[in-house]
Amino acid sequence: MERLPMDRELALGLLARAKEKGASQGDVTLIEREGVQVKVRLGEVETVSQAHEMRLGLRLFFGQRAAATSTSDLSRTSLDRLVDETCAMAQATARDEFGGLPEAGEMAAEVPDLDLLDQESRGLPIEDGIDAARAAEEHALQYDPRVTNSEGAEFASSFNRVIHANSRGFAGEYATSGFHLSLAPVATSNGSMERDHWYTAARRRDALDSPEEVGREAGRRVVRRLGARKVRSREVPVVFDASIAGTLARHVAQAISGYALYQRASFLCDRLGERVASDLVHIVDDGTIPRALGSRPFDAEGVGVRRKEVVEAGVLRSYLLDAYSARKLGGKSTGNAARGVGQPSGVSPMNLHLIPGEHSPEDIIASVEDGFYVTELMGFGFNAVTGNYSRGAAGIWIENGELAYPVSELTIAGNLNDMLGRIEMVGNDLRPQSPVAAPTVKVGRMTVAGE
Amino acid sequence: MDKSQGSPPAFSPAAFFDERFGVTARDLDRVLGRAMARQADYADLYFEYRTHDQVHLEEGLVKHASVSTANGVGARVLAEARTGYAFTDDVTIKNLDAAVRTANVIANDRGSDRPARLPTPTVPRHDLYPVPRSFADVPLERKIGVLQDLDRFARKADARVKGVFATLSLENKVVLVASSQGWVLGDFQPLVRCNVRCIVEDKGNRQSGYFGWGGRMALDDSVDAERCEASAREAVRRALVNLDAVAAPAGPMDVVLGPGWPGILLHEAIGHGLEADFNRRRTSAFSGRIGERVATELCTVVDDGTIPWRRGSLNVDDEGTPTQRTVLIEKGILRGYMHDRLNAALLGMELTGNGRRESYAHVPMPRMTNTFMLAGEEDPEDIIRSVKDGIYAVSFGGGQVDITSGKFVFSANEAYRIEGGKVTHPVRDATLIGNGPDVLTRVSRVGADLALDDGIGTCGKDGQGVPVGVGLPTIRVDQLVVGGTSVRGPSGFQG
Repeated sequence: MERLPMDRELALGLLARAKEKGASQGDVTLIEREGVQVKVRLGEVETVSQAHEMRLGLRLFFGQRAAATSTSDLSRTSLDRLVDETCAMAQATARDEFGGLPEAGEMAAEVPDLDLLDQESRGLPIEDGIDAARAAEEHALQYDPRVTNSEGAEFASSFNRVIHANSRGFAGEYATSGFHLSLAPVATSNGSMERDHWYTAARRRDALDSPEEVGREAGRRVVRRLGARKVRSREVPVVFDASIAGTLARHVAQAISGYALYQRASFLCDRLGERVASDLVHIVDDGTIPRALGSRPFDAEGVGVRRKEVVEAGVLRSYLLDAYSARKLGGKSTGNAARGVGQPSGVSPMNLHLIPGEHSPEDIIASVEDGFYVTELMGFGFNAVTGNYSRGAAGIWIENGELAYPVSELTIAGNLNDMLGRIEMVGNDLRPQSPVAAPTVKVGRMTVAGE
Repeated sequence: MDKSQGSPPAFSPAAFFDERFGVTARDLDRVLGRAMARQADYADLYFEYRTHDQVHLEEGLVKHASVSTANGVGARVLAEARTGYAFTDDVTIKNLDAAVRTANVIANDRGSDRPARLPTPTVPRHDLYPVPRSFADVPLERKIGVLQDLDRFARKADARVKGVFATLSLENKVVLVASSQGWVLGDFQPLVRCNVRCIVEDKGNRQSGYFGWGGRMALDDSVDAERCEASAREAVRRALVNLDAVAAPAGPMDVVLGPGWPGILLHEAIGHGLEADFNRRRTSAFSGRIGERVATELCTVVDDGTIPWRRGSLNVDDEGTPTQRTVLIEKGILRGYMHDRLNAALLGMELTGNGRRESYAHVPMPRMTNTFMLAGEEDPEDIIRSVKDGIYAVSFGGGQVDITSGKFVFSANEAYRIEGGKVTHPVRDATLIGNGPDVLTRVSRVGADLALDDGIGTCGKDGQGVPVGVGLPTIRVDQLVVGGTSVRGPSGFQG
């Protein structure tokens, strides 16, 4: 069966067919991805992997009833059948007065060029990726004689294309690229074995950190974990290293998702306009930053993305909404619709950053007499309904303002609501290597459990 | 093939893919021949056709139904420790040729011509989930009916229930592995999963509770009104328990783990560390420790992919190797690792049927199936009575492990204090943390009540998720660190 070319005409053709079958509204998303991934371990190539995939997602409304389907089979017969099946399914689901596309006026009026595509992402020679991975691993192994082994180094590049069209007359298209270099060296000393990892990620290849920087940082991080101790359980200040502080912003994003809010499954229900964090906390969600990892010209429903204050000096200013959750809560979409092809609707942050403060990470550590500098978190111990927080942690103990010795097999626990209120210092070291990111953060008091 | 009278013809994955993509046995031979060019050791093709239906209910309404269909093929070429992999979701002869050409790039710079001895499958294949293929066509009304039952029973269970969210997911996969050794093996893999989650609210205190079940079975064999009622009531019960929860203690305590899903302890603490890839690379805390004591004599732990109808079971793994029961720890002694084809060959060990992948878009690696501890002899009640001051944990969320240092965590979301041998009050969610090679040496009692989980586990590794099972009898672990907020002072707890 011949695959049809992936273009706007294909999307509009399916919407026209659905309309003939009686669908009142609908949207189509087409995605294409090409990718190459190489993995090198101890200098030898371990895996070379190449991908090419396309998917089509169709969502149809019959009045206030809805269904969604998706397929990777882009042949004429398969797609015609898909429209028919989606129509049949939509008519069997329940009426939902809040369902439907965003209003026509909410659609992105233009598709801004956010410089998200590096042409090098297509046809990059595999050898270039192998060289980068090999160099990064080599720098980690050379960083210190105690770095003796490796789980490998990976280089990946991808090219992605997205087409979205809906029955409100919106039809837009954009392409992005992604590059990623990561490694996980292993260090040993006196019978203790540790691993750590480090990575760099960017839309453009020339924006990646060099293999030397990535390799040396991975080496530095793994060696400093050797000889970890446990500590006695107590309440102390906790400093979150910038590489993991973004998880706190991610928990906030989860709790202000429109879906969690209307389902009453968030500890931040009914808190808009209220203080939810210390006044040092400024969180911004912005999908319009040129070349940024979380940017895109329109969201998964064709609504234009924008910059918005989410938390301003500790006060909650905005939720993250798509058309559906906005109607449920009595507001407008914030341009945060995100759904996998053919998946139920949902929301996600774009580039959600905790805005840097004025302190260097060294100043923050120096302010702590007895406390925990956390460099790694483990597990899934965050409950968005209650804010209850309890996670495994490893890092370095701080004594009299200095990093004293590595610690592991500890947990840190509290309630996110209290933790946000106790943020006493925010670092100046934001390094957005993922869409949700934060600089170094000091939480005044948490419970550490150990010996 | 000899058909017994009156029964439908046996489903043939090979015929299915031939019909769907026009790829014949001769094509497979020819493509695999090319894949083996330039001194490759082994090549295979993994064809997959997957449908996934999901129906979701909230606020009493089935607002949304979705179906996704995916098909594709992954071509793999092995040469020594190197893997070349390419996949496409547009299955044509032309694309197959292109994929094997790409995968074969790793075979080009081979120095020595030492042929790797890749084992061939020998054990007969199983028939662990014999459902008719036509079962996949469950009418949407039937699925909606299940969700409405769950919603109704949950709301009826308690007036404090404010929200009910239920999801029914039916996945059906047809897979075919064609190997350069000349064999072709297929399987039809059904997977049902049903979840119900509820939010309860009492005087501004909101909590959630969850219950799910599933397995490789037909929907009608797994669900009826009685099961819906029991599931809904269980989700509500778990949510209500947490309304009264107090701060969990912080620090080391004796912990009693209940039967079933708390077996996630084994999955995290020792299972991942016994996957062959980490041990070949010598990056696991268990590397080189076969034959050593890693647990008390009470502990025998197995990985078993052959239990009928289970979520973690498979007739053949995703490389075509029949699954089996593998003893990992026998009376406290470390006995073996879990292998995929590549690592078994490189280590010179036998295949165990643990070569798994999320889909055709992923390279196989050693993964668990159903991992559990065999039953002991004690009465679970006696085990609880043996603890003066501790925690009784019966339900968990997710877990994670650092296989190199051995540190692992898992998060209790239904747990109680034990005081003077009696279960007293519920405590808030808390992470438990320990060290894999050490934790089973602290198992001091093992109950007779082995249970497997309800069929809800998904294990993630290197970005690939695969369905797994776990199981455990009631056990007592001495002095495991509990990550609560209430610090124990010299005379009991503060805060």
